[in-house]
Amino acid sequence: MSVGTTMSSQPGSAKKTDAPTESMVSIARRQRLQDIFFHRLTQSLSLLVLAALLGIIVSLFIYAWPTFHKFGVQFIWRVEWDIINEEFGAAIAIVGTLASAGIALLIAVPLAFGIALFLTETCPVWLRRPLGTAVELLAAVPSIIYGMFGLFVFAPLFADYFQMPVQKLLGSMPLVGFLFGGSTNGFGILAAGIVLAFMVLPFVAAVMRDVFEIVPPILRESAYGLGCTTWEVVRRVVLPYTQKGVIGGIMLGLGRALGETMAVTFVIGNANRMPTSLFSPGTSIASTLANEFGEAADFHLSTLFALGFLLFVITFVVLSAAKILMLRAEKAKGL
Amino acid sequence: MKRTFLKTVAVALASMAVGSAFAADITGAGATFPFPMYAKWAEAYKKETGTGLNYQSIGSSGGIRQIRAKTVAFGASDAPVSGADLEKDGMVQFPAIIGGTVPVVNLEGFKPGELRVTGPVLAEIFLGKIAKWNDAKLAALNPGKTLPDQNITVVHRADGSGTTFNWTDYLSAVSKEWADSVGKGAAVKWPAASSVGGKGNEGVAANVTRVKGAVGYVEYAYVKKNNMNFLQLQNADGKYVSPDDKTFAAAAASADWFSVPGMGISMVNAKGAESWPVSTASFILMYKDPADKAQSAEVLKFFDWAFKNGKGMATELDYVPLPDSLTAEIRSKVWSQIKK
Repeated sequence: MSVGTTMSSQPGSAKKTDAPTESMVSIARRQRLQDIFFHRLTQSLSLLVLAALLGIIVSLFIYAWPTFHKFGVQFIWRVEWDIINEEFGAAIAIVGTLASAGIALLIAVPLAFGIALFLTETCPVWLRRPLGTAVELLAAVPSIIYGMFGLFVFAPLFADYFQMPVQKLLGSMPLVGFLFGGSTNGFGILAAGIVLAFMVLPFVAAVMRDVFEIVPPILRESAYGLGCTTWEVVRRVVLPYTQKGVIGGIMLGLGRALGETMAVTFVIGNANRMPTSLFSPGTSIASTLANEFGEAADFHLSTLFALGFLLFVITFVVLSAAKILMLRAEKAKGL
Repeated sequence: MKRTFLKTVAVALASMAVGSAFAADITGAGATFPFPMYAKWAEAYKKETGTGLNYQSIGSSGGIRQIRAKTVAFGASDAPVSGADLEKDGMVQFPAIIGGTVPVVNLEGFKPGELRVTGPVLAEIFLGKIAKWNDAKLAALNPGKTLPDQNITVVHRADGSGTTFNWTDYLSAVSKEWADSVGKGAAVKWPAASSVGGKGNEGVAANVTRVKGAVGYVEYAYVKKNNMNFLQLQNADGKYVSPDDKTFAAAAASADWFSVPGMGISMVNAKGAESWPVSTASFILMYKDPADKAQSAEVLKFFDWAFKNGKGMATELDYVPLPDSLTAEIRSKVWSQIKK
């Protein structure tokens, strides 16, 4: 409102005299006040985010202190989870978290890359929209749905048609056989990784498609004009141009996989033992928290806070590593 | 139509008036196992008296935590608090309802209760020492049955739970090796290499019905609700029994409640030819000298009413109500300690 009125009144008053009139000064003052107010408001809102972040870290650490105090840094690599005797270590949950998220990315990233590539480069135009919308819709499905799908649909099929034949085929092979040992009941690290892959795949694919689309057509068409194949265009033009966005998308997917709770809880097996094969049940930090928080008391509770703190740190380290990678890549390119 | 509307308004107003005239709703928190029972009792009690019950089923240890923090008028726990702790906190404890934990299996071709198992053999299964269904020890207990050559997957609770406490209490009672190497608690270190966890009774039930060759343990109500296959268990008298309200009640009848301070007896492996060996009571915790005496009196009124009028509802939900002789003793020996 006020912007509109000042806009129309300013040229009129400027014509009359060069010196600023009183009304102009008051308008300018008012606008400056508005600017300051708006600046402060947005500033305090963004500082609130920082305060919340710090608050979470500090409160997690305070609650977790008894555990860190008792076990020290060793807590991170201790392989133990004995609630009765109050002997705890985070290694089992950390391995489960990293392994399941790692498997998820190993599966999801190549597939997402293929989907994004098809949608932006080779897909017929009439199919682009429905397919793209379908990917976006899949990305919006709540994670508990993936968990239920994993438990009731995926796990039984996985046990009968993947775990059993693969164990028969590769279980006794030297060097890799141990990876496929253990029980074939549909649960485990690999099952959790695959369900997580289902979950992050549409997410990563949607981000990748979006960044592939921002490549200026002139670059792409020039390359095609020089006689490049589709693969060469993608490899030499699209990927270098969108590197940052692609890594960002992957990292968002990784962040989601690391912190995913319900989908993992349904299929990972929830066993507090160090996994010895891809089929053995394990546990992740988030699923341990979801399972045990309700009945935890005293020291056990503090240990769960310590696990939460570690998950925070892991996510933070992963995201910072991604950021550093991106900065390095930029420097190398001389941007 | 209009009349019934007016009637409901009047009832609502009346109940509001009653509610505000006396104390507000009774507050309680704790065990999840008796929650359906307390909820049903509360609904009927509110209809009759206007006083509601706000019960949060946050788990047994949560219930103990809440009553210690004095945020609720009573706490509920499946695992009894020890006499010494009760003394220290100035609390009393009494059982409110009885139920049972049942071993459930997923084996094709067998009817519920067709297969039998003894406590020590069950402990070996949960220890991971018996890993296949056609193990010689299981075959010896089930002559004439062809057990499949299938791996056993042990399913346990992933969350801390009173059900797990009762189950491991039983396994500790029947197997020295279990007692020494694992012990009893709301959450233990499950030794079997095949074991997987499920969240809540429903999570264990879902995993057992889904994984072929699985064995797990759930509250009796879930066995009935999901029509699950269960194992017959050998009790302390050497008889094989099936879980139902009769065998739970038999176990409760053989219990000597006042032999332990705080009535915190363990009913597992109870004597008696008819006793189900994993029968358990769920307990209520209250302060002897409560800060809010009016609230505390309301809680006693509620349980007094439930003990008198709630038996039919208990059987409907597959729980076992306490016998009259026991509730009379609870009134005279336990409730008398609470200051009014």
